[in-house]
Amino acid sequence: MTSFRLNGHDISVDVPEDTPLLWVIRDEIGLTGTKFGCGIGMCGACTVHVGGRATRSCITPVSAVEGADITTIEGLDPAGTHPVQEAWKDLQVPQCGYCQSGQIMQAASLLKDFPQPTDEDIDAVMGGSLCRCMTYIRIRDAIKKAAAATGGEPSNG
Amino acid sequence: MGKFGRIALGQRAGHADGSGLSRRGFLMAAVGAGVMFGFPAAPRAAQQFPATGLPGDGAFEPTIWCAIAPDGAITVNIIRAEMGQHVGTALARIIADEMNADWSRVTINYVDSDPKWGLMVTGGSWSVWMTWDVFRQAGAAARIALTEAGATLLGIPAAQCTTRNGMVIGGGRSIGYGDIVARAHPARSFTPDELAKLPLKPAADRHLIGNKDLKALDIPAKTNGTALYGIDAKVEGMVYARPKMPPTRYGARVRSVDDSAARAVKGYQRYLVIEDPSEVVQGWVVAIASTYSAAIRAADLLKVDWIPGETINVSEKDVIDHGRTQIDRKEGGVMVFDDKGVDSTFAAAASVFSQDYTCASVMHYQLEPTNALAFEKDGIFEIHAGNQWQSLILPTLAKALGRPEKSIVLRSYLLGGGFGRRLNGDYMIPAALASKALGKPVKLILTRSDDMQFDSFRSPSIQRIRVAFDGSKAITAMEYHASAGWPTQVMAPAFMPKGVDGKPYDPFAIAGGDHWYEVGPLRVRALSNDLANRTFRPGWLRSVSPGWVSWGLESSWDEIAHLQGRDPVQFRLEHLTGAGRNKGEAPDSTGGALRQAAVIRRVAEKAGWGRPLPKDTALGIASTFGQERGMPTWIACAALVHVDRATGIVRCQKLTLVVDAGTIVDPDGARAQTEGAALWGLSMALFEGSEIVGGLPRDRNLNTYTPLRIADVPEMDIEFVTNTEKPTGLGEPGTTPIAPAIGNAIFNAVGVRMRHLPIRPADVLRALKEKGASAA
Repeated sequence: MTSFRLNGHDISVDVPEDTPLLWVIRDEIGLTGTKFGCGIGMCGACTVHVGGRATRSCITPVSAVEGADITTIEGLDPAGTHPVQEAWKDLQVPQCGYCQSGQIMQAASLLKDFPQPTDEDIDAVMGGSLCRCMTYIRIRDAIKKAAAATGGEPSNG
Repeated sequence: MGKFGRIALGQRAGHADGSGLSRRGFLMAAVGAGVMFGFPAAPRAAQQFPATGLPGDGAFEPTIWCAIAPDGAITVNIIRAEMGQHVGTALARIIADEMNADWSRVTINYVDSDPKWGLMVTGGSWSVWMTWDVFRQAGAAARIALTEAGATLLGIPAAQCTTRNGMVIGGGRSIGYGDIVARAHPARSFTPDELAKLPLKPAADRHLIGNKDLKALDIPAKTNGTALYGIDAKVEGMVYARPKMPPTRYGARVRSVDDSAARAVKGYQRYLVIEDPSEVVQGWVVAIASTYSAAIRAADLLKVDWIPGETINVSEKDVIDHGRTQIDRKEGGVMVFDDKGVDSTFAAAASVFSQDYTCASVMHYQLEPTNALAFEKDGIFEIHAGNQWQSLILPTLAKALGRPEKSIVLRSYLLGGGFGRRLNGDYMIPAALASKALGKPVKLILTRSDDMQFDSFRSPSIQRIRVAFDGSKAITAMEYHASAGWPTQVMAPAFMPKGVDGKPYDPFAIAGGDHWYEVGPLRVRALSNDLANRTFRPGWLRSVSPGWVSWGLESSWDEIAHLQGRDPVQFRLEHLTGAGRNKGEAPDSTGGALRQAAVIRRVAEKAGWGRPLPKDTALGIASTFGQERGMPTWIACAALVHVDRATGIVRCQKLTLVVDAGTIVDPDGARAQTEGAALWGLSMALFEGSEIVGGLPRDRNLNTYTPLRIADVPEMDIEFVTNTEKPTGLGEPGTTPIAPAIGNAIFNAVGVRMRHLPIRPADVLRALKEKGASAA
């Protein structure tokens, strides 16, 4: 039995310890906003926050999050109006949208670390998140817009 | 209730708390899960945006394409796949504009397969172009029927009424469309002849088509985790499956399966050897388990002994070499153009340019791996998946399952990327066959490596361009030959048109060669690379042949211009005269080659063609007509490139694009598609490309396959030509001019000519070294 907090609530799951967190979230808990892309931690579609840090859930065994606080895209903001989500809608970032949960979670994490990110910060942090529709121009613009909207203060994402 | 509503209920039925949450192995605090996780409280019809549900009883359906409910809600039925192009929003604008609807009441509904929808295919950049007339007529039908019924309610003649923003207005009063439906119960229907004759709004009166302020209806759900893709589809009682892929795409036979190690995986149930009567899936074994993570592990641990197919040793080079041999032979292939006098003009030529260009295999890597959920319910076999060509896979599924097409239904989901991969619905077959064998719902998901191993990837290609010149260096004739795998021949032969010699050919493996330049007699010969067709399942990949034909054709125009000491822009313009067959035909290609000339002229002006640039930095120009002669999207690109002579690294600094796609229905969507398509072009030029090794693509994941990422994105300047011509396509054309523009810029920067895609730093270094050696 592995216990952790997910989107602010206590969870216990009885699955093999080495089960990737991604499949626990998607199939055991039933939250499908977190996506399966590459399975080797190189596309970023499965990104969630573990202890506030952007984490690739597809390569994180569930045993590694015992006692941790996890946030998925569904829990990023109760109304889906986190500054990053608002910027994403304003600039019409998503195309197919499949990577965007991961992009948004990664971007929210980026803005906590770099409230006013430079292009280099964005390249470095977002470089691990693949968008096959290639919405990168808008991802960059939306991150800057979200940063401006939060006044450069660390967000609570 | 809508079909998706039923599925949503089906998902909820098995869960005591009604939250849609699985209770398997799962305990939680006694909090309503809907509150806990922020789920919407009501069951959601996933494929409608906004999620308002389908219209109930009493709705008026003037055609099958839209329904107006008594409360004024308008549902527009979309038969195209939503894969990032916001196609539902774009198409709904067309019908809603023509009917003068209130946009805030419009919902888009992605329909299931049903013969009444006709050909269901999403590809070729066709959606807007194909739907333009149909939806304007359907919108006019709704407008006219509502006007007539509204006029009756207002007690005045219909001729004294106008419509605006969802209301019929006349005699100083107005009445909403919903009220008209509720009170007058209009029931008028229209024959196809009547539809074709309905008066349509003039372009100047449009308020939704071309409106820059409208947002895509599918986007909000894609920012909060509620958007449902095929991989998210669930049904009560389903088991998970993951295939164990055979060593060759075709002809592999299972000799034995040993699952002794797999049995140690908790949740593993059994394996199945898939026997597919349609022969699309050959030699697949699937591991069945209670969870997908167990299915992944079990498949890894299955030991399968196969007799491989005959292509086990085929390499990329074999395929290209075979294509070169085909081109070398005068016989064979299909003539798309074969103008009189080609051979005699070449025989009389003062000089001849001849050059080969090659392109490597390219993987789709759509981010959502292929998957399908299949089950039989009430005598109907349901397949839940994202798909681009329902009409193509249905007959194959019928053959595989041994049941009539009418007893199979495909339920549509969002696609986590299409790019042509999901035109081929082969991934549905093993899910369906496994479900049939087990008598229970099966959710089959390919891992990334499974998906890439049997991707329907873009075939390697070889093309040869020959140009004849007279004594004054004028072009007098041209030959264009290309050999590649033919996806349409393999998967949809009935869709192959015939060449001028009466033989069928795959337009998606030659389009682009039939260009709009004036060159005298032109021969365009398409060759099906049968070794490619036997080795893998050639795919349609974003921009299909125009995405690689352009590499040869537009590189060769630059090569010839430089050989003659001519300016490549001016040289192109001189051959885009719009004469003869290149003058175009209304309404699809009105203006012809002169519109291609116009975008080239404009892109040169915008990019500052001819201006001084830093060392080893240059502009390169290329232009295409998008996807096909019958639906040209005129496009030109100027790529600003720097080449590092020490490393061979090519850095694209800026892409300037000018696009003429006629009327732009969805301006922001058009820009988004062009941004994405152009970056695909850049990615295929510099960053990605695979290789067939041992009969299979070498790359199986991002550890070796390296598409463009955010740090590689250049500055982009995209401009659309403003006109009111019939809209053409935009999903793919942005891809087509990029690679040759980069190649031409590399030549202009450092003087080396690249003739293979992708352009790798090592290739640039080698070319620089050879050039240095020859100069010395």
